[in-house]
Amino acid sequence: MATIEIERLAKSYHVYQKSEGLAASIRGLFRRQYREVQAVRGIDLQLEQGEFVAFLGPNGAGKTTTLKLLSGVIAPTSGTARVMGFVPWHRDNAYRRRFALVMGQKNQLWWDLPAQESFRLHQQIYRIEPDRFDRTRDELTGMLQVRQLLSQPVRELSLGERMKMELIAALLHSPEVLFLDEPTIGLDVIAQHNIQNFLRDYQQRRRVTILLTSHYMKDVVALCRRVVIIAWGRIIYDGSLEGIIDRYGGHKVVSFQLADGQIPSDLGRYGEMLPEKPPRAKLRVERSVVTDVLGRILANHAIKDVSVEDPPLEQVIAEMFNQADDLPKDKLAEVPELLSEE
Amino acid sequence: MYARVATCWTILRISLEERLVYRGDFALGTLMRFLPIVTQMFLWMAVFDGAFGAGRGPGQQIAGYTCHSIIAYYLLTTVSRAFSSMPGLSSGIARDIRDGTVKKYLIQPIDMLTFLMLNRVAHKLVYYVVAIGPFALVFYLCRDFFPEHPGGLYPGWPDAATLAAYFASLLMAFLLGFLLEATLGMIGFWFLEVSSLLFVYMLFSFFFSGHMFPIDLLPGIWGELVRLIPLQYLAYFPAAVFLGKVTGPELTHGLLIQFGWVVFFLVAARTAFRRGVRRYSGFGG
Repeated sequence: MATIEIERLAKSYHVYQKSEGLAASIRGLFRRQYREVQAVRGIDLQLEQGEFVAFLGPNGAGKTTTLKLLSGVIAPTSGTARVMGFVPWHRDNAYRRRFALVMGQKNQLWWDLPAQESFRLHQQIYRIEPDRFDRTRDELTGMLQVRQLLSQPVRELSLGERMKMELIAALLHSPEVLFLDEPTIGLDVIAQHNIQNFLRDYQQRRRVTILLTSHYMKDVVALCRRVVIIAWGRIIYDGSLEGIIDRYGGHKVVSFQLADGQIPSDLGRYGEMLPEKPPRAKLRVERSVVTDVLGRILANHAIKDVSVEDPPLEQVIAEMFNQADDLPKDKLAEVPELLSEE
Repeated sequence: MYARVATCWTILRISLEERLVYRGDFALGTLMRFLPIVTQMFLWMAVFDGAFGAGRGPGQQIAGYTCHSIIAYYLLTTVSRAFSSMPGLSSGIARDIRDGTVKKYLIQPIDMLTFLMLNRVAHKLVYYVVAIGPFALVFYLCRDFFPEHPGGLYPGWPDAATLAAYFASLLMAFLLGFLLEATLGMIGFWFLEVSSLLFVYMLFSFFFSGHMFPIDLLPGIWGELVRLIPLQYLAYFPAAVFLGKVTGPELTHGLLIQFGWVVFFLVAARTAFRRGVRRYSGFGG
């Protein structure tokens, strides 16, 4: 049996609709119009024990709704889900002691007290044996290098340090399933990198099952082999990270610098020119003709430096949204939100 | 069982530590709350002077209260209020619902009502430690205002049985105040903004709990009405017990009704939470 099993899971909300203007506001006092918003439209998903899966999609795609369903905060309109055999929205204490949800934008620690006090509280709430508690806390604080910050009030920690403490608080009870909602949001590159490293080491050590949402493709590339992409409430891709590039990234990016530092005007005949700072030049080349194009460039010019790369993941995913025919095209404007990097 | 007690103790201990962080603000706030007590005393003196010329003698009474006995009554209601008032509880619950903090109680294996209650106990304990000095001083200065009790332990103090009943009513005033305001806060599950509603409640509570004036001053139908609602158990009732205005079977009866209200609001708060969470989870959280 899979650790997480989701079948035809759907969730719709009633949302109050108000037209613009004062008159509409006054009408709204007496009769409210509601609109049905289908946040999740029947998704199927299975996660095996020990998988680390990225859950991607533009804002409003249904990622957070799915995480809320799986952590039992909300109940679905239809469909089923089981996590370690539990129905999440029944909120059994037995289930709640075995998973954790970490939200990058929410603070669970006591603001005015040192983090170790919040940890103590978690020890009691989750009924963690004192020996195991000490061991786990020391292990986690060691891995994240925050041992000396344990007795400092949380409000005096930096955002990155606070996120580390949040992670420790969530992991003290050794959850078997972990939902991470934007764990690196707002962090600087170094702090992001630290959190990524920690998550990778931790997951390899404990073999926990993790579902991660993130807008930072670097998180995804660093951590997850399997990627699930959701858009407008439906899963549009479920497979390996490389698979996305194979399937949707139909081209490669060739960038080079000529020995004389010039950029010839006829580069357009090899492929589409991409913006790049001179003296370097960048070309978008169909994958099938990459070898051919490279040969011709090398034959015709004196090259100082050359490289061939896959296009950035962001672009590939944008391409995927373009190709998914059954998606409303007017929503494509929302895609760039997914693509904004850092 | 042991684990539950240990959890409760940890919540209480951490809440206490949190309260002690802002000691300056806290001490100042506590002391400032004594200002209204002084102004209220002068107000009553002015009322009696206005009614009777120099009206502070035993013969000059309004509905059975002399100037001194009404001040004694007022001081006792401030003690009741020290147990039953819950500043920020309802609005805090409503805010947690609005900004999603309430999710914490759905995700973690922890009961919201128990957690908030222990948090409140901690607030109150810290408050008493700071406030007991000034309270003792005011009561000492006004010691002659308290009536003589037959069989009283000391002059101005009631007998042991009445004192026990008094403490029981104070304890229940705490529970009632907590549960009532918690229930009000959970209305936030249905209406996101509850501040106006809370304002109306505060106003009613101020008048009809007996904090503003003894509710036995209220004439006719109003007096009857106020006895039917639970607010009097937040301020008036414990004070009346201490002053020996409620005795014998009436006292037993009163304590039972107060207990009944505590149970009623316990059920109400639990039901509101259960239904509220169902609605919250249906609508999206």
